[in-house]
Amino acid sequence: MKAKIYVTLKPSVLDPQGKAIHHAVETIGYHGIKDVRQGKYFEVTIEDSFSPEEARAEIERMARDVLANPIIEDFRVELDSDS
Amino acid sequence: MKFGVVMFPGSNCDHDTYHVISKVIGQPVDFIWHRQSAVADCDAVILPGGFSYGDYLRTGAIARFSPVMGAVKEFASRGGLVMGICNGFQILCEAGLLPGALLRNKNLKFICDHVNIRVEATDTPFTNRCQRNQVLSVPIAHGDGNYFCDEQTLAELQRENRILFRYSDADGRITAEANPNGSLDNIAGICNRERNVLGMMPHPERASEQQLGSSDGRIIFYSVADTLAELAKAS
Repeated sequence: MKAKIYVTLKPSVLDPQGKAIHHAVETIGYHGIKDVRQGKYFEVTIEDSFSPEEARAEIERMARDVLANPIIEDFRVELDSDS
Repeated sequence: MKFGVVMFPGSNCDHDTYHVISKVIGQPVDFIWHRQSAVADCDAVILPGGFSYGDYLRTGAIARFSPVMGAVKEFASRGGLVMGICNGFQILCEAGLLPGALLRNKNLKFICDHVNIRVEATDTPFTNRCQRNQVLSVPIAHGDGNYFCDEQTLAELQRENRILFRYSDADGRITAEANPNGSLDNIAGICNRERNVLGMMPHPERASEQQLGSSDGRIIFYSVADTLAELAKAS
């Protein structure tokens, strides 16, 4: 089973990298881009012996403890079995 | 009295810090390897600057899980003096020993420069030799030094007088121009509520000998040494 974890800066946290990318794409000539926020993406493979519920619980725990810093970041988990 | 300097894979200010404590401050000091699960007989523990674990994931995010960090937490909870410099500050925040987080510098650049910091509080083991509002010239060298916390935490830090250093100009004025990295409230260093854990982005160990351009930073190590000497006398 695979999990996808998206880690994004909380809306209240400034994202200078996103701003720089936004500025760059505007300069290159892309139109209509209102905002860019940069985040992190993880692909994690889990033992097949785990049920989807167990896998989700374990991945969410890992995301909260390690992959994201809850002071500045939010995260979202997608399991393969979701799709 | 003994200082301990923790070595993580990727620490690169460990030897500088060791040198300053042994040769400039003239106190006993030992290295503490990150796999050690005790801080042994150390009375003050320093997490030095560097790029522990290559800054992978987030600065300090992996170092936080090193065996030694369990011992550092336990040491801090007993009132032991813990000081995190630069990457050490980032690790202390990730470990939850200090509030907030260090974000990417606002201008996205790695900044290596001499800056001025103003001493905001002297009632701590790290600043008791300083004068309030004293300006110290100390270098910074970081890409992620932009201090951030939520409004409630910032209000708490201000109310409890836990902001120990703020970026200022040479005359001690706290201005936007003097803020190198976008830190909230020009914060360069904070302590915990119990005032025994300090985190600061500037490098006092790189400003402890005049031939390096400034010896202003050594007052911080002298403060810690004074505190430990007094504690030893009292016990």
